[in-house]
This record gives sequence, structure tokens and C-alpha cells, in this order.
Amino acid sequence: MTTVDLGLPSIGGTAGVPTTDEKQTAKSFTSDQEVRWCPGCGDYAVLAAVRSFLPELRLKRENTVFVSGIGCSSRFPYYLNTYGVHSIHGRAPAIATGLATSRSDLSVWVVTGDGDALSIGGNHLIHTLRRNVNLKILLFNNRIYGLTKGQYSPTSEQGKVTKSTPVGSLDHPFNPVSLALGAEATFVARAMDSDRKQLTEVLRAAAEHRGSALVEIYQNCPIFNDGAFDVLKEPGERERRIVPLRDGEPIRFGPEGEFGVVQDGFELRVRRVSEVGEDAVVVHDASRTDPGYAFALSRLGGQDLEHTPTGIFRSVSRPTYDDLAREQVRQAQESRPADLAALLRGNDTWQVPG
Amino acid sequence: MTVTGHGGDGPAGNGAAALPDGVQGGLPPRSKEAHKLDRVVIRFAGDSGDGMQLTGDRFTSEAAAFGNDLATLPNFPAEIRAPAGTLPGVSSFQLHFADYDILTPGDRPDVLVAMNPAALKANIRDLPQGGILILNTDEFTKRNLTKVGYSSNPLEDGSLGGFQVHEVAMATLTRGALEETGLSKKDAERAKNMFALGLLSWMYNRSTEGTERFLREKFRRRPEIAEANVLAFRTGWNYGETTEAFGVTYEVAPAKLPPGTYRQITGNLALAYGIVAAGQRSGLDVFLGTYPITPASDVLHELSKHKNFGVTTFQAEDEIAGIGAALGASYGGALGVTTTSGPGIALKSETIGLAVMTELPLLICDIQRGGPSTGLPTKTEQADLLQAMYGRNGEAPVPVLAPSSPADCFDVALDAARIALTYRTPVLLLSDGYIANGSEPWLLPDLAELPDLRVPFASEANAPDGSGEFWPYLRDPETLARPWAVPGTPGLEHRIGGLEKSDGRGDISYDPDNHDRMVRIRQAKIDGITVPDLEVDDPSGVADVLVLGWGSTFGPIGAACRRVRAAGTPIAQAHLRHLNPMPSNLGDVLGRYRRVVVPEMNLGQLATLLRARYLVDVVSHTKVAGLPFKAEELQMVFDQVLQEVHA
Repeated sequence: MTTVDLGLPSIGGTAGVPTTDEKQTAKSFTSDQEVRWCPGCGDYAVLAAVRSFLPELRLKRENTVFVSGIGCSSRFPYYLNTYGVHSIHGRAPAIATGLATSRSDLSVWVVTGDGDALSIGGNHLIHTLRRNVNLKILLFNNRIYGLTKGQYSPTSEQGKVTKSTPVGSLDHPFNPVSLALGAEATFVARAMDSDRKQLTEVLRAAAEHRGSALVEIYQNCPIFNDGAFDVLKEPGERERRIVPLRDGEPIRFGPEGEFGVVQDGFELRVRRVSEVGEDAVVVHDASRTDPGYAFALSRLGGQDLEHTPTGIFRSVSRPTYDDLAREQVRQAQESRPADLAALLRGNDTWQVPG
Repeated sequence: MTVTGHGGDGPAGNGAAALPDGVQGGLPPRSKEAHKLDRVVIRFAGDSGDGMQLTGDRFTSEAAAFGNDLATLPNFPAEIRAPAGTLPGVSSFQLHFADYDILTPGDRPDVLVAMNPAALKANIRDLPQGGILILNTDEFTKRNLTKVGYSSNPLEDGSLGGFQVHEVAMATLTRGALEETGLSKKDAERAKNMFALGLLSWMYNRSTEGTERFLREKFRRRPEIAEANVLAFRTGWNYGETTEAFGVTYEVAPAKLPPGTYRQITGNLALAYGIVAAGQRSGLDVFLGTYPITPASDVLHELSKHKNFGVTTFQAEDEIAGIGAALGASYGGALGVTTTSGPGIALKSETIGLAVMTELPLLICDIQRGGPSTGLPTKTEQADLLQAMYGRNGEAPVPVLAPSSPADCFDVALDAARIALTYRTPVLLLSDGYIANGSEPWLLPDLAELPDLRVPFASEANAPDGSGEFWPYLRDPETLARPWAVPGTPGLEHRIGGLEKSDGRGDISYDPDNHDRMVRIRQAKIDGITVPDLEVDDPSGVADVLVLGWGSTFGPIGAACRRVRAAGTPIAQAHLRHLNPMPSNLGDVLGRYRRVVVPEMNLGQLATLLRARYLVDVVSHTKVAGLPFKAEELQMVFDQVLQEVHA
């Protein structure tokens, strides 16, 4: 088997997408559709963050496309004044792959949920990530099925009592960040719906990344799983549980910064810095080529949210599927004319005289 | 003397025994008597690893280059390499070539080449008495005979007494000829299919240059293998020329086909070329999103070679992603295409529904195979018609077209693309394993006469209320197509999806009356697609029985009708390319005949549609054996219907 190195330059996530000098605001990105999520839904906060963030990119609005699947979060495209497709359950990454591959001039975003992306659409998600298609995937994780009114999801904690599991769910949940890293996603991050500042930072980095960017957003469902992430929001608890990841900085957290992440064999563990010494604390480096480190980070937090890293786990550069696919077409077009008559004729023809 | 086949059933002519017309290829002039034939059916049969498909393909190319009309029927197992020498491992290739226009690969072979006992056992029942049987005796060992259940050796027990048997030690002769080449015994023996091809090429006065050139090109990276194959090929040719076992050769003159430039083409290749041509004629990039499946994968293989025509091929993680990506590309302004077989259509159904709802162009090619479930992956069937028509949730009408022959796949691909682009709808194209892998001569089209498939993208706001808004579901009054507004177009930002839309504006709507209206509009759009009237072939003009078919049954039905007419009975034939919508004159046509016969390789799916729609009690004749109809069996069916009608 031979492989071809196409030698593509490293370029930003929105390279090739036309920009504008027009003044854009959150309002420019707001469609005329009435938002129909339940009062108190975490989706509102994410929508507000995205609407305010998009003008930063200075991209032409008509060159931005949001593609979603099915579920509460997948109504997202209707509320943005960009192009949008509200597709079918689990298939948004596949549809977005075709769109992004055939159009280099679009900034393509996927909005999905824990059921959409990890149950019915799990296959498309992992393959999109391994191909590294230039898509920004916002995975709203509320750990429940909301639109179908309250069944457990693939991220629900084991033992969860729901409408479909009256004596407790049996499934071991997915950790979406671990799953994405297992698929060798080149950009993986986690943010909270309630932390606008961090969410915006992560979105910015995702947009700048060329390739698949998976952003898991912890999002509260006030109707069917209210308070699922409260332990990450309550003062006191919050500091003890959230492990903020900042590139180039030692990974420390706690009300007084008293905890740190240290290496222990093949794993990463939380220790009191006073016990292990400052030098033992791991300095975060999202650009490590091997996904093993980021994976170890993702394992710090279990389904009980005891320790929950947030921020950017991994951000590495690898050629994207869509760039490579377009490059193959471009090279073929440069080297061989599109001579339809010659193609149809082939090598073996014969004449029947008149 | 000119005879039909080797004692076949066509009209026999008269004439003196003729000598061959001179030198063939680069080989010495031949010395034996040549009989003229108007048509011959040869079947090469051997183990899956024996290279029978390649052998058949080569002979086909030679027949094509010589100017014969031809039709082929490859028949191979789903297993890549079933255990050697077993019945499940038998692979065969049947070729019908003639000096007139033919319609099928032939009901029965005149010549059967059997490379081992399994191939003999699996195929001998198709060889008529008096037929020529060429056997590779090297494989007729006790062990091989036992393996396929022969208790005695058919070469010795007299069971082949009714055939003209030629026993040839092909492996031994090939090995002997290649002794000097330094190839291993095993490698040398592998060239025995070329020995067989050489022998048959001699028997039928075929040129040798083309095959030698082909072998040198195919094995250009391994010249020693190329030369070994050429040598084996020549050895087979010389064997026919020099041994006394073969006393005569046969000639089949070129066919008198309409003038022009021809090439040989399979259905899948013609389909791939049709898709490339549709891209060129529409001015759009082609995006194929697909997943490998038999017998459709060759379309992917072919299209992946033609990136220079702006064709992108995406081998997805599954059938659903294949069509999803194609639809995404269509949304972006490309010609989205997906290719599959029946099981894949089942998986793609939900996305086809989304394409119906979002009203985007999409070409879906179903190369049908035996079903249900995994069924018979390498065998043919046309049992996906009702799946194509109705296999979706909700009222989700989709245009359906079916090619009638390998070359017709090209035209139908263009026609399907026309409908998809003009009416902004997914279109289903139903080919099948028979025409996908079968081949025939193709009169190359005049490019200037290919249809112009250009359609405009929407570029401006269209709201009839003068608001300056863009309404994505405001329709063209003529076609009922909605505007195709691709991302990147300023001012037309809009959202579409699977939820019901309000008529015109395209906003989400749960309004009962709106839903009823939209369901009817989507149906009316498909019903209103312009398709040509159905043409009836009835040379007599007085037939009172019509045979109506669709898809790959065209050849066998046509051949059977010729036989009926040759016997002096008028019969009419018509063939549907457009299954949805059907031609507007179909009801009139059906009403003109006392009886309508509908042969299908399913349990009567078109018959069901015709009865429901036109209240005509058609005679449904069905067979689902994984193989095309034989002209002979259809002739019997038609004769019986004619007798009943005229009784």
C-alpha cells in the first residue's frame, strides 16, 4: 500500500471562509423564530453565548451553517440567523461531513446532545472525529433524554431511576471526552452552560482549530434531570470538584489551590500539593501528540463528578479529511483534463460502418 | 453452411462450407475447415480462483472488437474463495455473441468449458444434447470427483455420451509449455485459464493481438508473469490448430448494428459514466457518499478514479452516513449521489425521507440483488420496487426509474439526475445484478445531444408580500420545485429540516390544514414530473396481447417476443423506464389489449401497482431464482396466454 503526503500547510479553522467588515452583533445572528425550550433550560445560556461569540469570527453570516440532529438541543439552528439544517436523529455529523467536504468556504457547526451523538449517532461521531473533518461539534450533555420525556441516556449515571428504568438503569455511562480521545479527536474540550466566560474561550479555540473540535457542554435540564450538575456550581463544592485546565500551567484546584494533578504510573491522580510538592504537579500541555495524556486527564472525573476537568484537554494539528479530499480533486483536475468524450470512448472501440 | 448456434433454434441459412478469411492476430494461418454460425453461446466455468471472469471478459472484448453483437452473464458465488473444487465455489461467465442484434446472454450454452468436476456438475444440466463440452482432465482426480459427489468418473462412465466431449489436460499442457520460464509449478498452472482462452479463440477465429496486449498491460509490473500468460494463451491456440481432436473452427461474422463508434460496457460502468456526465452537463460537482456493498461497489471504484471531473467519493462508515453526506453535499449545491443495494436502501430510508421533506436533489442508485435480508448478494432480482416506491414513513413519494440494459444505465442516470435537479427531489434508480455485471456493445452518444441539466440556484429574496424575505418553500408554479438556495448566498439564510413546514414561508408548522396541504403538494410535485409516453413495439400493429416489463427483463422479454412473432403470432412489447410517475399514456395502452402479461423477477410488484392504479387484471408471471428469465420459458408463458385469449 502506498500513501501520499499532500504536505498541506497548517491553517486556521476558518481559513477559506469569507469574512466581512460589517458590524455584527448577537442580534445579527438571531433569527425571527420564537425560542421554544422550557423555562430555565441550560440551552438558553449556550444559545446566548454562541450568538455573542459568532460576531468575533467576522465571518460572513451566510457562510456559517449549523447542522443538528434530533433532540431538544437540535432545535438550535432555528434560532440562529445563519444557514441551518435540523436533520435526523444522530446523523448530523454525516450530513455535515458531506457539506464541509464539498464546500471549503463554509464554517460548519454541529449541534447535538448526549443521546443524539452518543447513542443513535455514536458511529458517525467517532468516525467524524477520526477523519478530523473540519467541523465544530457542540455536544450538549444533560445526561437524560428530554424530548422523549425523561428516559436515561448513555451518559446517565448507573442506577439512575427514570421513566424507562423504574428500579435503576443498568448501563455503564460513556464519558464523552474519553470517547472522543479514544477516537483520536484532535480537539476536545469541556465547558459548563453556566460559565459563560469559559464556554466562550473554548468556543473561540474550537473555531480557530482546523479539524474536528468536540466541545462537551454540561447543560442542565430543569424538567427531567434538574440539578444534574449542581455539585459543580455550588460555592465550596465547585472549587473542590472542578479541575480547570490552562495550557502551560500546573493543574491545581481547590478552594485554596491545595490540590494538584500528579502522575502515578500510567495514570493521573489528585493529590494534596503539600504532600507531593509543587514540582510533582503536572503542567498542562494540550498539544501532546499522543492522546494518552489527555485520556488520563479525562479519567479523573467519574460518573459521580467527583473531579471534573474543564477547558481544553487536547488540541493538536493533523490534516483534515475535507482539506485532503479537496486536494486530491484539485490535483486530479490540474493533471488531467475533464475530457468526457475520451472517458466514454475508453481504450477499445470499433466502428460499424454506415 | 451457416447454422444458428451449434444446431440452435434460430432460422437456419444455406451456404457452402467456407474457409477462414486469412491470418488471425500474429499467429500462423490456420489450416482447418471453418463453419459459419450466426450466433454462439459459450460458458466458461471453473473454480472461483480459476480466473473465469477474466477469461470471459477477455473473450467478450475480442468479440466486441470484432464487431459481434453480444450480451454477457457473469455468475459467481458471494464467497471470495469458497473451498477449492467444491460446488459452492463454482464461478462461471456466459457470453452470447452473434452476427445480428441479440437481447440476452442466451438461455443455454452451445459450448461449456469446465475447468474441474465441480464446474461440470454445476453446469452440465444447462448444456443441450449435442453441445460441445471442453474439460480440463487434470482436475478429474478421484479426490476431486468424490468432493462433489461423483461416484464414478463422468469421463469414463458414459454419462457424457450425448455431448461432443473434448478432453484436454490443460494444466499439464500449460505447465509443460511454461517449463522453460522458470515459474513455479503452481504459478505456471495458474495460467491454464489463458490456455482455455487461447483454445476458444482459435475455435472461433478470434484475433489474438488484443488479448496479448491486454496481458502485457495487466501484468506490466511483472513481465515474467505477462509472458507466461501470453505463452499459455498461444499454447492453447496452437493446441487447437495442431491436434486432431478439433477438426473444425467456427466463424461468427460481425453484426449489422446501427452505424457509429461502439465500445463494450457493463451496467455499473455505464451508471458511473452517466453520473460523471450528469455532473458535466449540470455544471455541478458530483459528491458520491456510499458504503461498499455487492453488487454496487464497482460504481464507487469507478467514480473514485474520476476526480478530474470534479467527482468526490466518500466511503462512509455505514450506509446511513453515505447518504447523509451525499445529502449534505446536495444542500451545499453539489449533485449528491449514493449507491447501494437493497439492504442499504433499508438503512437509508430515513434519510431519503429527509430529502423528500427538505426537497433537495439526490440520486439514489439501488443495484438490486436477491433478498430479503442478506439474501443472494451476487445474484439478480428486482424485488425492491415496492421498497423504492413506498419504503418510508409517512407519505414520501420518490420518483423511480429503472434501466433496461447495461448501456441503458448511462441514459437513465442522466434522466434521473434531470428529475432530481429540476424538481429538487431524491430519485431512486433501480438497476440490478444482471445488468450491473452484464455487458453489451454501446453506441457512443453524441455529447452535444446529451441533455442540458443546468439549473439555477436561488439568488434573491422571493417573498410575494414584498417584505424582502426569502421563503424557502415558495414553489415554481410549473414544476412545484422549491428554490435551491445554497449556503454562501447572502440574504437567503434559512433553516430547513425534517419537521413539517408552512407552505411558502417554510417555518415549522404543526397546523393540521397546512400538513394536509403540504402532503398533497409533495405528492403533486412527483405526480407532475414530465416523463415521455410509453412506446409500444408491435411490428404487426394488430397484436391483442401486450407484454409489459420494467428493468433488466427487457432482453429476455424481447427475445421471447421475437420467437413468438417468428412463429407467426403477433404480440406487443412495452417496457417501463419510469415507474414513478408512470407515463401518462399507460392507462390507455393497457386498455388497448385483451390481455397484459407482466413478467417480473419478484412476486408481482409491478403487477400489484398496475392493478391498484389502473384496475387492469394483468397476468403476472414471476420467477425469483437469482437468475434472469430465459427467452424460452417466457415464450412458453406468452404462447399459453395467446392460446387462452384466442381460444
